[in-house]
Amino acid sequence: MTKSTEPVLEATEVSKRFPGVLALDQVSLSLGPGEVHALVGENGAGKSTLVKVLTGVHRPDGGRLRLHGRPVAFGTPLEAQRAGISTIYQEVNLIPLMSVARNLLLGHEPRGRLGGIDLPRLHAQAEHVLAGYGLSVDVRRPLRSLSVGAQQMVALARAVSVDARVVIMDEPTSSLEPREVATLFGVIGELRDRGISTVYVSHRLEELYQICDRVTVLRDGKVAHTGPLAGLDRLRLISLMLGRDLAEVRAVGSAGPARTPDGAAPVPVVETRGLARRHVLRDVSIEVRRGEVVGLGGLLGAGRTETAKAIVGAMPVDAGEVIVAGVPLRRRSTAGAIRAGVSMLPEDRKAEGIVPTLSVRENIALAALPRLARAGVVSDARIDRVVETFMRRLRIKAASPHQRVSELSGGNQQKVLLARWLAMSPKALLLDEPTRGIDVGAKAEVQTLIEELAGAGLGVLLISSDLEELVSASDRILVLRDGAVVAELAGADVTEEQIMAAIAARSGEEPHG
Amino acid sequence: MTHSNVMADREGAAAPAAGPARGETVSRLLQQHGALMVLFALIVFGSVAFDSFAGGENAASIAVSSSFLAIVAIGMTFVIISGGIDLSVGSLFVLGGVLAAYGSRAGIVGALGLPLVVCGAIGLLQGLFIARSRMAPFIVTLAGLLGVRGIMLAISDEGATTYLVEDRAFASLGQDGFLGLTYPVYLTVLLCVIGIALLQRTGFGQNVFAIGGNEDAAALMGVPIVRTKVLVYFMSGLLAGLAGALNAARLSSGVTILGIGLELDAIAAVVIGGTLLTGGAGGLTGTMAGVLLLGVIQNLINQVGNLTSAFQQVVSGVFLALVVIAQRILSRVQRLT
Repeated sequence: MTKSTEPVLEATEVSKRFPGVLALDQVSLSLGPGEVHALVGENGAGKSTLVKVLTGVHRPDGGRLRLHGRPVAFGTPLEAQRAGISTIYQEVNLIPLMSVARNLLLGHEPRGRLGGIDLPRLHAQAEHVLAGYGLSVDVRRPLRSLSVGAQQMVALARAVSVDARVVIMDEPTSSLEPREVATLFGVIGELRDRGISTVYVSHRLEELYQICDRVTVLRDGKVAHTGPLAGLDRLRLISLMLGRDLAEVRAVGSAGPARTPDGAAPVPVVETRGLARRHVLRDVSIEVRRGEVVGLGGLLGAGRTETAKAIVGAMPVDAGEVIVAGVPLRRRSTAGAIRAGVSMLPEDRKAEGIVPTLSVRENIALAALPRLARAGVVSDARIDRVVETFMRRLRIKAASPHQRVSELSGGNQQKVLLARWLAMSPKALLLDEPTRGIDVGAKAEVQTLIEELAGAGLGVLLISSDLEELVSASDRILVLRDGAVVAELAGADVTEEQIMAAIAARSGEEPHG
Repeated sequence: MTHSNVMADREGAAAPAAGPARGETVSRLLQQHGALMVLFALIVFGSVAFDSFAGGENAASIAVSSSFLAIVAIGMTFVIISGGIDLSVGSLFVLGGVLAAYGSRAGIVGALGLPLVVCGAIGLLQGLFIARSRMAPFIVTLAGLLGVRGIMLAISDEGATTYLVEDRAFASLGQDGFLGLTYPVYLTVLLCVIGIALLQRTGFGQNVFAIGGNEDAAALMGVPIVRTKVLVYFMSGLLAGLAGALNAARLSSGVTILGIGLELDAIAAVVIGGTLLTGGAGGLTGTMAGVLLLGVIQNLINQVGNLTSAFQQVVSGVFLALVVIAQRILSRVQRLT
């Protein structure tokens, strides 16, 4: 195997701007023949935008793409595919109702004498190709009857079989069994031997170190680091991803919470026991007491949001229970959780939170309407009172309660959502990235609010990728990795360094103290 | 998906060329051939219950009267498998009939050419709006339904003018035949065979299934979305016009009221035939069984004699509802095994 140094795919100073955000800021990436290149970064770092630019979904605003030294510009994913760049998406992107063979060879079917599709040859060819991937299934069955892992393998076989020179894999192992992961790595190894390059996007550090040659770390749309993976310390890699300099963290030390919860009640307001869901959560048990802020740390995909969603019943679980103020939630539904006093502020407030065409007042009153009504008739005066109280208490800056919520700033929208759930007088709030995408001033205000709310006796579960925010706001921090709690930090241990160490620890190894 | 089912899945995948589970096979058979089985049962029932039902003459009359709906339903099957809907076919059917009668002054070429060109063009236009401008098929073809009906009323002076078929050869195309069946019946069979070959053995057919199954994935797999969709609606318009023209030939005139609401019968026949209304799965043999089923139900009700045709619609409606419910249950069974 001779590896020429001539890069197969080269992106030079690629920029991509979306309204309000510079998603990619002069990002360069170079991929040698047969190289397996890890692409990592936290949510919003620009990973998926870069993948989409490379695969022709997005057109870059600036910079150049070169394939085998020739400048290229892809208008559609199809053009990128024809040029030899294949992509395997995290969600299987095939046709579930069509047969395995037809999926595998769609557009490349073997033809019979009259130019029609030759079904016996189609099936034989499909079986032959899939056997090479350790998959022996009845190729006439609909694709959806296969396990997700087997479907992923079909997608991989399809991507590679269409004469790919670069294969981009976006979190390919997120739904695979260990046995299937081993097969996948075997295939990647074969690709490497054939000189086909791979871009490997994943959050599983174990896998990166096992399979990848080089790594590019993206942060805030910029390249934070690029170079060989061997010799790059895990802790260093994580600090690059999270954007916290190790030396700086060590020098500052623990910010620690200024406030200690006084007289924590013996019964936790929210407690989970052994929450589990295949591929997502493994035996997650947490407790949030009255007046306590519990932080959830971990990388993207570690199971933080999923834990919160499981608590409020927005995601089904295979096992485990949720107990609110000592009473187990029996029927799992968001309505049930809200009634029991647990509300969740979702990460994507545009898609899952605010109703942009309604006013501030209507948005706040939305969830509480049944409580503010008598015999189904809503009292305007009572709504006004509630809305006025919360607008003052949360310092929501709006021209009037009747202003459309879409006209408010991100921070104020977030406060409107907070007000909505507070109007339900909950026992506990689950906050998923409450300060993402809002400006610095508003951020500080929301953080102060969280502290005030906990001080008033609310139990708060806080999810944040901003380590500084997590450390300064939380009384305790649970660190998740691959869907399981791997460390619990309390008191003096609540530091950014400890969180990173817990994330970086190899599975089965205790984070160093 | 529960844990145990996933396990079952994996075992299936691991076993060398494992055959499909029995539950899956049965439910898939029911989905694909359920209409055929019910059709068979109804025919047996009809033969026992009514002396006049089983005769060859009655069977031929069912076949002849069903053939026009069948031609429309062939086009509708393609549309629905591609994940769309075509509400305009009823109006196109009527327009096709009026245009055929009008065009018959210029002989058989005009009688067939005029409706095919106009209805095909309208179908093509709808396809372009749906595929290129990404408008919802429901809205585009609803506009087509209303607009085409308007055109038809305009050229027939609000239905006051009825054009008579002037060309004897064209009228014969709709009325005569051999072996007791008229030409439209044989044409239906021919179109159905061509349609099955198109669906199963050509890239175009694969693309129709792929788009209906998952349009985004199909686009990423290189399926020409726009071209395929435009073709599907073009075919549907063309076939509706053809059916209307043949119907005019049979009746020797372009009747302006028959065929209103035909789009709903066509959709019903396709869905009863096992094609998923959500697209991605189905076939023409099922559709043909669905069309015949509707024809047999109507015929049986006529046999009873004292029931009105309104009652036939009630039975068809109930039947359609049952089929949709059964489809849901069956597709759940298939997903789980």
